[in-house]
Amino acid sequence: MTDATLENAPYAFVRKETLEQEAAPLTVAGPVAWIRNNLFSGPVNSLMTLVCLYIVVTSVPDLVRFYFIDAVWSGANRDACLAEKAGRPVGACWAYVADRLQYFIYGSYPVQQRWRVNIVFAMFALGVVWMLWDRAPLKKVGGFFFFVMLPISAYLLLLGGDGAESFLRFLILLTFALAMLYLVLSFVPRLARFWVPPALLAVEEAALPWQRFYRPKRLILMAMVIFGFVAVLANSVGLPRVDTGLWGGMMVTFLIAAVGIVFSLPLGVILALGRRSKLPIIQLLSVIFIEFVRGVPLITVLFMANTMLPLFVPQEYSPDRLLRPLIGVALFAAAYMAEVIRGGLQAIPKGQYEGAMSLGLGYWQMMRLIILPQALRIVIPGIVNTFIGLFKDTTLVTIVGIFDFLRTIEATLVDPTWATPTTRATGYAFAAMFYFLCCWGMSRYSIAVEKRLAAGQRR
Amino acid sequence: MSTIPTETAQPGRASLFYDPKIRGYVYQIVLIAVVGFLIWSAASNAIENLRAQKIASGLGFWHNAAGFDVNQKLIPFSASGSTYGQAFWVGLLNTLLVAAIGIVLSTFLGFFVGVARLSSNWVLSKLAMIYVEVIRNLPLLLQLFFWYNAVLKPLPDARNSIALPGSIFLNNRGLILPNPQFAPAFQAVVIAFFIAVVAAIAFYTWSKKQQERTGRQYPNGLISLGLILGVPLLVYFIAGQPLSFELPQQGRFNLTGGLQIFPEFVALLIGLTTYTAGFIAEVVRAGILAVSKGQTEAANALGLRAGPTLKLVVIPQAMRVIIPPLTSNYLNLTKNSSLAVAIGYPDLVQVFTGTVLNQTGQALEVVAITMAVYLTISLVTSLFMNIYNKRMALVER
Repeated sequence: MTDATLENAPYAFVRKETLEQEAAPLTVAGPVAWIRNNLFSGPVNSLMTLVCLYIVVTSVPDLVRFYFIDAVWSGANRDACLAEKAGRPVGACWAYVADRLQYFIYGSYPVQQRWRVNIVFAMFALGVVWMLWDRAPLKKVGGFFFFVMLPISAYLLLLGGDGAESFLRFLILLTFALAMLYLVLSFVPRLARFWVPPALLAVEEAALPWQRFYRPKRLILMAMVIFGFVAVLANSVGLPRVDTGLWGGMMVTFLIAAVGIVFSLPLGVILALGRRSKLPIIQLLSVIFIEFVRGVPLITVLFMANTMLPLFVPQEYSPDRLLRPLIGVALFAAAYMAEVIRGGLQAIPKGQYEGAMSLGLGYWQMMRLIILPQALRIVIPGIVNTFIGLFKDTTLVTIVGIFDFLRTIEATLVDPTWATPTTRATGYAFAAMFYFLCCWGMSRYSIAVEKRLAAGQRR
Repeated sequence: MSTIPTETAQPGRASLFYDPKIRGYVYQIVLIAVVGFLIWSAASNAIENLRAQKIASGLGFWHNAAGFDVNQKLIPFSASGSTYGQAFWVGLLNTLLVAAIGIVLSTFLGFFVGVARLSSNWVLSKLAMIYVEVIRNLPLLLQLFFWYNAVLKPLPDARNSIALPGSIFLNNRGLILPNPQFAPAFQAVVIAFFIAVVAAIAFYTWSKKQQERTGRQYPNGLISLGLILGVPLLVYFIAGQPLSFELPQQGRFNLTGGLQIFPEFVALLIGLTTYTAGFIAEVVRAGILAVSKGQTEAANALGLRAGPTLKLVVIPQAMRVIIPPLTSNYLNLTKNSSLAVAIGYPDLVQVFTGTVLNQTGQALEVVAITMAVYLTISLVTSLFMNIYNKRMALVER
């Protein structure tokens, strides 16, 4: 039977056509099977499912009713959120959040001056997007913007006053001087002979004048633009000084987080390099600093900054009340950052160091051009994790009397204008949403980076 | 043998400026000079400032009368007659108490949630995920405020206490439990307990040796449990039940008697436990995922059932991955207990760095002592965990 087709089959009981494929029985595939396999696969599992469902059923509808259905969305004072005045069951008092929102964002910062804070917020957002967005152009300029320009501009804009203005004038002069210097040097590179090695000098001279010293010039240009911008603002209005005692709310929370990030990263790199250094004293001092700071709670560091910093400096230089916790937080974060970066440094294969040395690079060139770019790239998730911890820890400045976001919420809770039975739950929910969105966003980012960096490992 | 050129190329002696060794020395000397100068100027400024503010330095305040009271104390302490030194010990013991209980509870909760996240039960794993995400992305201080101000403070006052079964009352002053009264004969029970523990350890060692020699396994867990629970219970009944409870009495306006657990303690304990458990859960999950599936399959191929596979193959390997980060979570919990100061639980920071510092003004000494205590706790904990870790670590041959 070489060519046995179904039509030729002599037996009546042999099927002549293939059957249509049938769906798998319900007990093997489909929602019923899924429920059986995933929810009720055994007595223990079934019990767990029932307990979990009970928890969900008892909590979720109540939460939804409290925070959305019964919630009060508008009103001028506590009467709107009192059940006896409103004549209906009252849930979350969002009217209170809407009413005090300005205070939660700016603290007691004078109302007419809040545009200054807004500009700093906008610059901060620009810097964050620039640094975090993978395909943003001019990453190095972005880094310079975020780590140098932003702190200076924020200081000038937020504080204002005579001191800030003279500092601004000094900065503008300095930028101009640098710009002039670069301009001259780019036309006559020979003047920089004492600094630039002969081979590089030859390369520079072969290039056209405007291509020489390209990168520093761009940074200086940007500095000039931003300082000009700030100067126009400052001179046209004559920024009055706003004392740090008036600062508060999200503004201070972001400020502490940003200062922590901006200072802890470079400091952490230095400490990590110090810890891996072969020079015993540098290594010892780095280890002592890192282990000491990591061994004590942040609160004691804040107490130390608050009570001991003023003792350690001459009376006339006694640091500002807001500056003290900033220093404490930055040093604290630096120690944690150092350990994260150390992990990255240890992950770089020895061949990279040897390759760099065989090229004749010195220690700093090797670190700057070969090792650190790779090491920092590996530990971006770790760095982001440290930032998340830092962001959550900014709440602790509440304890040393700084009006951060959480403290402003706590402060409004005792205000009789809005004191109702549900105000506290609303305020905490609002705070939770704020912190959750920030921290969760950062953690999503770090997961995305991890996935992208792992692309090379995927097969 | 050909002539060897006598003049081998001598490496050109670079100038001293480029000698890495010399450079290293110079860097270090400069660093020492800078650090030394910083310390010296800080110290001299501190001396001058302290003199200007007329604050005495030294530990003289240690024996001065404290003049304040602490609600929760494990050792006798009162406003009249106790010293700042005793306040220190009260605070330290309270810190250790909340840290110890928190570590035990958060370990259980964390392991449960971590395993639940890997469970095949969809609802359970999603709930565990939501728990972890929410807890880990909110500041601990906010959570403590929530537990203390939003959950425990709005409880009814003492007059309208919520009565729970077993003469337990719950109100805004805390949880009121029956107060155990120990008769002198109770000592025998305690002694019996310790003897039982020693016996259990001895049995465990013996059975382990037996297993290595003969391959026979004994029900270690059951026998140990029987020894540790049974022997003290037996002694308790032989000694004539030397334990009685003083029940809290609900009067017209107030509750009298009973053992009071303060709401500050409860809030701090709940906050620390749930917060740390979120982190421990992730550590546990990572540890279990780190054990390759082939290990489970191999164990199954050898005929081990699910229980022994987990106990003998998966968990021992997962523990190697889990222990180091678990240690740092224990340390974090201990350090985070210092947030007690925000809700008024009298821990070391609240009592010592808060009240004592305010009363004496001796910032340098008080902050230094507090930091030293936490450093010591950190170092001792990591020492013990490192020893344990070494025992558990993979022995490479």
